[in-house]
Amino acid sequence: MRKLFPHPQLTLLLAVVWLLLVNQITLGSLVMAGLLGTAIPVLTAPYWPDRPRLRNLPMIANYLAVVLWDIVIANFIVARIVLFMPNAQLRTAWVAVPLRLTQPEAITVLAATITLTPGTVSADLSADGRTLLVHCLHAPDPEAVLHSIQTRYEARLLEIFA
Amino acid sequence: MVWDILIAGFLVLAGVFGFVGSFGLVKLPDPMTRLHAPTKATTLGVGGVLIASMLFFATKQGHLSAHELLVTLFLLLTAPVSAHFLAKANLHRDRPEGLPRPEASDWATFSPGTDTAAEVLAETGDAPPLTPPQGRDH
Repeated sequence: MRKLFPHPQLTLLLAVVWLLLVNQITLGSLVMAGLLGTAIPVLTAPYWPDRPRLRNLPMIANYLAVVLWDIVIANFIVARIVLFMPNAQLRTAWVAVPLRLTQPEAITVLAATITLTPGTVSADLSADGRTLLVHCLHAPDPEAVLHSIQTRYEARLLEIFA
Repeated sequence: MVWDILIAGFLVLAGVFGFVGSFGLVKLPDPMTRLHAPTKATTLGVGGVLIASMLFFATKQGHLSAHELLVTLFLLLTAPVSAHFLAKANLHRDRPEGLPRPEASDWATFSPGTDTAAEVLAETGDAPPLTPPQGRDH
């Protein structure tokens, strides 16, 4: 069973994405979804020698909800800054975020989250992979940005990728 | 009628955010800040169109359409990656003033010849030793 489905979540994801792509549930599309979901994880397994195991499903759901909410808020905050704040008042800042996360997958998720949420873009990773460089559009208090990234996102990801 | 108003509302919201994203490109002062407007404001802009589209097909055409969910998924996956590329390209062009330094090493953009995964392997002794990073003369 493990040999046939080395990555059950990926199998499920691929099958669902295929069904969404064809946009209808027929016998043919179900068979095709099953084939893709079986073949792709088997073929790509060698590229993921130490992939993280994700078991904390409630925390993943919680993280997704927090991030989606923050994306909506981020849009309004950035829109207000773009429309109503004179460029002279803009306090841009670079923030170096020391990472407690070590897995590349976890760092990727954190960096993507930072880019999608309020006024921050992740710009670079240090060569040793232990610090993330973040650019803030308007941050009068860079310490607060650092604190919110660490408590709001990184703490949850640490639990998810534990 | 209620659905018409709701769909129209989402379309207007989407249009407003699409406009804000584009306006930000013109108005903000330098490349790094310009990066912020399109990566965020557009997410809700496109999202609004997609929600309106799903509502339209569900209420007017009588069939559920799920392509919009996929568009959202791919958009959320690709927007951070392209933003990251643009940010790195911008760092390459001109190392900004006041850039903080990481504790032990330098940022990956300024460390040619290093690779995080390769370094980890080198520490555990499973990979050939790395050539030392080149001087930062750009």
